[in-house]
Amino acid sequence: MSWITNTLTSSIGRKIVMATTGLFLCSFLLVHLLINLQLLRYDGGASFNFWAEFMGTNPIIRFMEIVLMLGFAVHIYQGLALAVKNKNARGAQGYVVNHSEQNSQWSSRNMALLGTLLLVFLIVHLMNFWIRSRFDAFGGLAMVKVPNLDHPVGDLYSVAAASFKIPWYVILYALAQIALGYHLWHGFRSGFQTLGLKHPKYTPAVYYTGYAFSVVVSVLFAIIPIIMFFDDQHQPRPATNQKVEQSLTEEPDILR
Amino acid sequence: MAGSNPNAKPMNLTLKVWRQKNRISEGGIVDYKVKDISPDMSFLEMLDVLNEDLLRQGQEPVAFDHDCREGICGSCNLFINGRAHGPEQGTTTCQLHMRKFSDGDTITIEPWRASAFPLNKDLSVDRSAFDRIIQAGGYVSINTGGTPDANEIPIPKNIADRAFEAATCIGCGACVAACKNASAMLFVSAKVSQLALLPQGHVERKTRVENMVAQMDKEGFGACTNIGSCAAECPVGISLENIATLNQEFLSAKATSNNLA
Repeated sequence: MSWITNTLTSSIGRKIVMATTGLFLCSFLLVHLLINLQLLRYDGGASFNFWAEFMGTNPIIRFMEIVLMLGFAVHIYQGLALAVKNKNARGAQGYVVNHSEQNSQWSSRNMALLGTLLLVFLIVHLMNFWIRSRFDAFGGLAMVKVPNLDHPVGDLYSVAAASFKIPWYVILYALAQIALGYHLWHGFRSGFQTLGLKHPKYTPAVYYTGYAFSVVVSVLFAIIPIIMFFDDQHQPRPATNQKVEQSLTEEPDILR
Repeated sequence: MAGSNPNAKPMNLTLKVWRQKNRISEGGIVDYKVKDISPDMSFLEMLDVLNEDLLRQGQEPVAFDHDCREGICGSCNLFINGRAHGPEQGTTTCQLHMRKFSDGDTITIEPWRASAFPLNKDLSVDRSAFDRIIQAGGYVSINTGGTPDANEIPIPKNIADRAFEAATCIGCGACVAACKNASAMLFVSAKVSQLALLPQGHVERKTRVENMVAQMDKEGFGACTNIGSCAAECPVGISLENIATLNQEFLSAKATSNNLA
């Protein structure tokens, strides 16, 4: 093995991998959230579909999508591998009585559990939205016209609006955001600690930014499907089973 | 008893102690009663009372590690009621006094649990993994001469203080015991920071951190996930900042040392 693989497979190297991929995934969450918030506009999904089209066609974003996939894969694999390694490090016989709640936060001790819950949600989520927006074979999207673009775009808004009318999906989505919030509660500050970025002047700010980030991001993510579930103005366009071009600007009444 | 609190009432306690004959045999929790324990006794003195009772009854006394009983050697290592060194913060087991408990309490006493710390007997574990980590680089081998005059080597006060704080680590292993991952990162980080901060340690700075981390991994300690239990349970208050320093030291050593492996 070269010194690079030696470094990255050491216990410190592995946590550096977890930290860099984790913080990178935080940046992805922010972009994802900003676009999701477009769902709440009362424009029949025009803004959301516009940005969904941008994310699906812009070459830089498409490249970053591959980087993102790798980031997810590495973070998930490394996280699970570390959880197994760390469990073995305790030995076969654990403590009969262990009051770890008196010396650490619950979220910090349960990152692998929270991460596994997020992985389950991620798979459901990708099957529902991402796969079908990228591959026609998995459902594809109806095409609609949006302002500012002269070509029709996929109607991902209707997929979201339809999904968020299904009670179990809204509940799963909201519960997953609780897991996300706790995961970020530990993960954000932990990433900085791992990269050695600890300083009495800046560390308190990193902590508070991390706590604020975890609460704001998870609450906003969770609130979108809940609003769309209860708000009758958010409705999917009627399914036509064929790719029809619908112009929102010309037929605003289609939303009723 | 001279100097003891005359109002302190003796306590009767139930102890749940991990008993195990040797490394390979099966162990388990055994219940014992101890009577007339003075609240002024240290936790280890209370165990001495238990062992005297056991000897009188012709039974095998409970094996546990102890040496100085002054809180400086790091030998005593008991996991008491689910906490490393017991419920009080910033103390070793020998400095934990029975006044922290109440009459009638049930106290569970277990050894450190880590696969890198194999159990010798009862409550005694083999912590020579720590010694091997120190042997891998926790020293200064260059000739630094005799004891220098005060202030001959200028070291800023804040650096000297940080190095001293790191140097207070007594190697008791509470960090490993408390850590969910049985990680030795706090111990190693204290030893690495202490020497990296001072000029005498600079010559071997890179090889030291590389070798010590390699030995730590080889011993089978878990990987740190920044939970913070270690620092919370450390009897001398080694801070998590040292782990951040270790990460920095390790990364910069790996990136710039001449070691190609």
